[in-house]
Amino acid sequence: MGDPLGTEATHAIAAGMGGIRTAGDLVLRMQLTHKMKINEAKKYVAERLGVSVIELADVVRMTEVREDLGIGIQEPFNGANVGMEAKFRISEVLGQKINSVERFKERAGLNK
Amino acid sequence: MSEDKKFFTRMGDGSVVYMTEEEIREDIKDGVADAASRGKIPPLSEAEMERIYEIVTMPGNVVGVEHGNEIVSTNDSGSDKVGAKCGVPVERTTQALIHERVLGCDSVDIGFRDYNYKTAKGVVEHEAFAVRGALNITAMPIFYGAMTNLGFYTKPDGPVDNWAELLPQGKIAEALAAQEEAVEHAVKDVVYVAEQMHKVGADAMNLDTSGAAGDADFLAALKATEIITQRFPGLAVEIGMAGEFVLGMHGKLTYDGVRLAGLYPHKQVKLVEKAGASIFGAVVNTNCNMTFPWNIARVCTFIKATVEAADIPVHANVGMGVCGIPMCEILPSDVVSRADKCMVEICKIDGF
Repeated sequence: MGDPLGTEATHAIAAGMGGIRTAGDLVLRMQLTHKMKINEAKKYVAERLGVSVIELADVVRMTEVREDLGIGIQEPFNGANVGMEAKFRISEVLGQKINSVERFKERAGLNK
Repeated sequence: MSEDKKFFTRMGDGSVVYMTEEEIREDIKDGVADAASRGKIPPLSEAEMERIYEIVTMPGNVVGVEHGNEIVSTNDSGSDKVGAKCGVPVERTTQALIHERVLGCDSVDIGFRDYNYKTAKGVVEHEAFAVRGALNITAMPIFYGAMTNLGFYTKPDGPVDNWAELLPQGKIAEALAAQEEAVEHAVKDVVYVAEQMHKVGADAMNLDTSGAAGDADFLAALKATEIITQRFPGLAVEIGMAGEFVLGMHGKLTYDGVRLAGLYPHKQVKLVEKAGASIFGAVVNTNCNMTFPWNIARVCTFIKATVEAADIPVHANVGMGVCGIPMCEILPSDVVSRADKCMVEICKIDGF
């Protein structure tokens, strides 16, 4: 715990990937689903996205990549994908099933 | 005679203290020795202690890791800091979006304000609906989080006798039996909540502050994790600890043949792995009466040994009062960022 600026924001600035600002959300998905350590997870995601590991945490480069792939960006202007739309694409890009995407497909009858 | 140069740093309670180079180096050495002695683990090398000294005394308010060394974060706030702590009237699904699109988080957990599974069970339909709402509007992984919190299962609020009352009365057998019974209740509740979260498509469960009520509490988290990961494929589990040392409130409980009481993080992680968890949230307590150099040196000694022992990702718990972070509500970024840099560079952690 602790205040959001002193914890979450400070961690993100000092040492964090920054979530959808770069590819932190994608790297974490690989830790959750495949128990990958940080370097292995970053390498996997970088390869899937066609970028270098250094680029993976670069906000300028990754905003372009994410916008092109439709996998969600921090400021979703110009019709950029958000939420579930982005997660459908993330699932494809990572080659990973995402629980909520699968549930959405089931409920919406998209599996038929 | 000129005075020795003094460097700005903080005590474990967050208050400012100015220390000389000699004092900082001495505290780093003592902190390392304390962890090595308690945990029976290797001390840090001279080079690693030197690096901690450089990071502690580095000019600037906020320091950071080098490009390419960034890591990811998980959370134990119930996505409710903005609402519950800052008093901003926003509900949790909106707060999840704030974590994603404002604070740069890699994930967030939705959790009930009374952050424990026993309470969450009673309102789990509403909780699952909140999680589903957050899952629809965010792109990052969404957890459901709460504490196992075995203390909540004692009378008068819970079903079992209170072992903290039985122990001083000398009713040892009854106290042990009460804890064993509470474990079964807690496991049932955690698994029930996990089932509802799996139904709505949550990415993971956070079993937070595990071991808060001692070894039986940790056992409940391990057993629940085992069931969740077998029964609900795709629903990952993170076990975050309450403290660096599992208290032996029971004393005889084991998991996979290992006695839980007295385990330090580098041994806790092996059982967490065995139970099937994806991430281990390691904790080292902050000592308020000691300095940041002492605390962070001690933290790095424990966490380095833990990461080296682990086959799963280790996320160091870097919130208030743990892993070198001061025990105060409004946290100073100067030492928070230094704790982060130390743990990334020296311990090679996988996340916060």
